[in-house]
Amino acid sequence: MARKRLDLTFPPRQSLKPVIYHLVKDYDLVPNILRAQIHPAQEGRMVLEVTGPKEAFQAGVAFLEEQGLTVSEAASDIVLDDERCVDCGLCTAVCKPDALTLDPDTQTLRFDKDKCVYCEACVIACPRRAISLTF
Amino acid sequence: MAKSWEEINARIASGNAVVLTAEEFGVLAADEGVSAAAKRVDVVTTATFGPMCSSGVVLNFGHSDPPIRMVELSLNDVPAHGGLAAVDTFLGVTQTSTVRGMEYGGAHVIEDLLRGRAVRLKASSPGTDCYPRTEIDTWVTLEDLNQAYFFNPRNAYQNYAVAVNTTDRVLHTYLGTLLPRLGNATYCSAGALSPLLNDPTYRTIGIGSRIFVAGAPGYVAWEGTQHNPHTDRDEHGVPVRPAGTIAVIADLKQASPEYFSAATFTGYGVSSFVGIGVPIPVLDEDIAATLALTDADLTATIYDYGVQRRSRPSLGTVSYAALRSGCIEVEGKRVPTGPISSLPKARAIAAELKRWVTEEAFTLSAPAQLFPQVGSQVQKPLEIRTGEAI
Repeated sequence: MARKRLDLTFPPRQSLKPVIYHLVKDYDLVPNILRAQIHPAQEGRMVLEVTGPKEAFQAGVAFLEEQGLTVSEAASDIVLDDERCVDCGLCTAVCKPDALTLDPDTQTLRFDKDKCVYCEACVIACPRRAISLTF
Repeated sequence: MAKSWEEINARIASGNAVVLTAEEFGVLAADEGVSAAAKRVDVVTTATFGPMCSSGVVLNFGHSDPPIRMVELSLNDVPAHGGLAAVDTFLGVTQTSTVRGMEYGGAHVIEDLLRGRAVRLKASSPGTDCYPRTEIDTWVTLEDLNQAYFFNPRNAYQNYAVAVNTTDRVLHTYLGTLLPRLGNATYCSAGALSPLLNDPTYRTIGIGSRIFVAGAPGYVAWEGTQHNPHTDRDEHGVPVRPAGTIAVIADLKQASPEYFSAATFTGYGVSSFVGIGVPIPVLDEDIAATLALTDADLTATIYDYGVQRRSRPSLGTVSYAALRSGCIEVEGKRVPTGPISSLPKARAIAAELKRWVTEEAFTLSAPAQLFPQVGSQVQKPLEIRTGEAI
């Protein structure tokens, strides 16, 4: 089994073929859409977490590329700057998936990357500008 | 049993004082009782590290040749006050950059100075016979300045609001991003460690109290602006809403960027986290009883920031222990909480102040004058009037 985060770029005027449906139906993959911004006349972007057998994963990627999508392994990552962070905890108030939490004893900030859905709410909320998202 | 300030200071001077942080004192009092804890302990250190917008620095640049009377001036493109003497200024933390907007402001200039970075000073003047220069463009560091000191008109609020949002849209406030439909709650106090919550009636904290300001030894200069002793209090006499405040003064050159951090609240503006620590003498059992209170004993009031008025409706009270648990209940709904005041930093300050008192003989000073007490002063609102109505 493979689990990877993919960064898909949709060209403008992409056919309305339901690519995510086909990933599930034809390739037995489990896609989890983390971020998506799709407009009919503009380039679209989607970050997907895809789980499935390795071969199916490769075939699924090939299918996406045949549809005219650009597929790359998502380099997107939330980066915490420990030098800037003061452990105020304000980011935890806006982190819906609880990726950012405070240690119950020390009240210092903890980040669980696996829970992060790249919503960027913390990036905007951090008063120290200590959180950034790399694409 | 009662101890005098003099007895406590003598013990500090001889290196024999027993000093605990407010959290440690709470544990000791729970184990051995308030009376025993009061006997054993001389000083309790309290601290907070939260955003405090009413902060700033007084700076003197020295005179250039030929000299200039700086009428309009900026530091890294952040305007500073030009209404003082020729080369004096006051730079407030919330002032924003004319170039970078709220991503850089007075607080960032102060943090840059504290980090030893050079800051660009630009000033202009119409020119006078005694100050002929009309323009100056130069760089200064903290070391270059003659005087540089904090004068923060309002710090260390005694308790603060818990903010929620009942509207359908996201609100950007000085208490952070408030998610719609009670999506979260933010709060801003060091709770059991907070200085003024440990001295609810301002017995020991007053004008002239020696304190810790952003890593430097400093003083309480005055009551803080909006100091309001008249507020609802709990059965221990501790306010359950924002109440007392302190104005503080301290040498910027002795301060540390460890305890002063610039902040930008998206959609609101610039502020600064300021570390404040206050040592409280355990004079008697009354003081010890409040020092012994824990987060479970202290409460804050929940306000709906969706109501954009001076008086926001209260949605009840909640204990700091509940707030720290990460989830509270508001109007029957489970609401996740997030702090704004850093508890790890407050703990570090309380520990550092404890070290000052025990190892560096940081003695305490009794107030030269007490703050306005309960019953003596009411905060007035600002009425909007016309000239004709006066």
